[in-house]
Amino acid sequence: MNVLIYLVPMALLLGLTGLVAFLWSLKSGQYDDLDGAAVRILPDDDVES
Amino acid sequence: MAETLDLSVFVERRDSGASHMTLAVDGIGCAGCIRKIEGGLAKLPGIIDARVNFTQRRLAVDWRPDAIDAAAIIEALERIGYRAHPFAPERVEADDKLQAKWLLKCLAVAGFAAMNVMLLSISVWAGNVSDMTQETRDLFHWLSALIALPAAAYAGQPFFQSAARALRTRQLNMDVPISVGVSLALGLSLYETATHAVHAYFDSAIMLLFFLLVGRYLDLAMRRKTRLLAGNLASLKAEFAHRLEANGELVQVPAAALRPGDRVLVRPGERIPADGTVINGNSEVDESLVTGETLYRAIRAGLPIYAGSVNVSGALTVRVTAAGSGTLVDEVERLLEKAIAAKSRTVRLAEQVARFYAPVVHATAALTAVGWLIAGASIHESIVIAVAVLIITCPCAIALAIPAVQVVAAGSLFRGGIILNGGDAVERLAQVDTVIFDKTGTLTLPEPRVDAADIDKEMLEKAARLALSSRHPLAAALARAASERSPYPGAIEEPGQGVRAQIDGIEARLGSAAFCGMTELSPPAPPSAGDASFISFAHAGKTATFAIRQTLRPDAAAVTNALAGRGLSLMVLSGDRPQAVAPIADELGIADWRAGLTPGEKIGVIERLKAQGRHVLMVGDGLNDAPALAAADVSLSPVSAAHLAQAHADALFLGEHLEPVLRAVVVSRRARVLMKQNLALAAAYNALAVPLAIAGLVTPLIAAVAMSGSSLLVTLNALRARLAS
Repeated sequence: MNVLIYLVPMALLLGLTGLVAFLWSLKSGQYDDLDGAAVRILPDDDVES
Repeated sequence: MAETLDLSVFVERRDSGASHMTLAVDGIGCAGCIRKIEGGLAKLPGIIDARVNFTQRRLAVDWRPDAIDAAAIIEALERIGYRAHPFAPERVEADDKLQAKWLLKCLAVAGFAAMNVMLLSISVWAGNVSDMTQETRDLFHWLSALIALPAAAYAGQPFFQSAARALRTRQLNMDVPISVGVSLALGLSLYETATHAVHAYFDSAIMLLFFLLVGRYLDLAMRRKTRLLAGNLASLKAEFAHRLEANGELVQVPAAALRPGDRVLVRPGERIPADGTVINGNSEVDESLVTGETLYRAIRAGLPIYAGSVNVSGALTVRVTAAGSGTLVDEVERLLEKAIAAKSRTVRLAEQVARFYAPVVHATAALTAVGWLIAGASIHESIVIAVAVLIITCPCAIALAIPAVQVVAAGSLFRGGIILNGGDAVERLAQVDTVIFDKTGTLTLPEPRVDAADIDKEMLEKAARLALSSRHPLAAALARAASERSPYPGAIEEPGQGVRAQIDGIEARLGSAAFCGMTELSPPAPPSAGDASFISFAHAGKTATFAIRQTLRPDAAAVTNALAGRGLSLMVLSGDRPQAVAPIADELGIADWRAGLTPGEKIGVIERLKAQGRHVLMVGDGLNDAPALAAADVSLSPVSAAHLAQAHADALFLGEHLEPVLRAVVVSRRARVLMKQNLALAAAYNALAVPLAIAGLVTPLIAAVAMSGSSLLVTLNALRARLAS
């Protein structure tokens, strides 16, 4: 069971990384325009229409 | 126009010296629009950043004030093909945004904690039936506590705060049992962990918070979205006023920027931008949006005039008075206050449940503890079982039962062109048994139409195209019939008389009968000529007279029949004259109608109906309807309604059809059925799980399965509200 000594902190650290990443994305406004993100991907900016 | 446009009220100054403005934009529908708007603005000099928010249909622009100004940006958008209006966000919206962010943060924390605690819990459950040592289990319980306690302290705040607020006013809401349940579960688990016990309930407590936060967030997100779009509609409708400066200059300002004492010029065909007193000019005004009256009122210097009326014939100078200081507005405001104060706050379904739920749950838990004590169990054992009862009855499913349906129903209404102001409007709409319609602008279209029944098509087309060159309201109504949208070149408008132009080399005239050289008015004289206004047209020796009148919304009869068919009693209450109301009520088959009512009399009728135990839905648009809208159990307004009316309606509907009224009732009724089903499901779950808990058979594993299972079931059932549309 000694393996737990580093497995458990690692699991927690991974979880915390996910949480911090989410809070960061929330703070940087990535959820402000969800529909926009979906359609913005469509136009090809480098192709002249 | 030489007139300058002053938008300074909407422009924010950034610290960097840049100016910032948010605009509501009409007609953003696809990815191409985003690109056109952002790309088009980027080409202008001085634009620092332009970013479209597609979800909110808004545009945020930053620019250098020395290179370009706000008016030029709006003009540029107009050239690209989008109508935009600067937007001053309301306080509620900013509060909503903060609240939504906070809930999302709580949700993230609860989600993180729930996942990690569950990871540890499943190990413990598996270990309990195999070979886990007590030391390892204790370690896992302590780790769970380490995650769950701070997470619950953070993510539980929305519930703890709301419960504290309710208790302070000596009331009970759903959050009281939630807070008590979560705190006790955590406290007990901590004690159990310290005494090396087998079971701890950290996972149940934190999962409960996670599920509840999901419901709470969805509810807020739905309300926020409808409020945002309602805000856009209001700002796109906002009008500009021509303000006369002290030095005699004319400046165009948004109507919202007018202050009492300002003088504004209102040209014929324009809407009065604010309440005020006429100081100069003679004209007639169309007050159908204010009083429901379709006949024009003659106006001269010294008379009061109300925002929302349309100036018909002559230019007027108006001195703006403080909002609500006209006699009519005074009366409406006074009635509104009374109506809002008297509005018996209909007890919401959720509140009804909460009121008896909390005492029942807490009493059950206490009785369980006492029962086990009497049966000879130790104090510790009895408390553990009592807490298990509290956890299993924690109203997870019940707290989701109603908001989940509301969110789905509001979405389905939204797709049908109905924007709700509040989630509980759905519940109140479902109980409606009487529908009261206002006539002008509600049953009828907001703008008058030409009565084209027996008119020569060619003459109508010519007249309508000529009417495009005039600003007169009657001409504007006629112009709506034109299939060719380009005006005749060289048309000249003679103020107060009409408009003339050369058509195929021969002069054509549109306007008063005299202007068209007709010696006497010879209208087609339909039976209901009383509510029509006439405009004449002469061209190449032929003449025609068009009757312009309020016409019914295209599906009004179908909708009123369908409503009556669903067992609702219908009524028309109008401020207009009986001669104008009777034919309309007749055509719709509504026997119960009253005309010539003041706002106070409208409230009187509604209150009598409510006293008889009826649930009244009021559909109206005028300023004079605002008190009635507030007094009714629930109310709807078309989007063309007066500001005050919209503010007091529970929902707005878009478009020129009356169908949304029917849809609102149908969807809401179905939603209420689903809410009740959901409550029944939640109750059935409790009926199954509570005896187990009282018997002391509930382990953390059973609690976790029961809780997520019932929450899922309720949410899935709520999704069926979608099928209704």
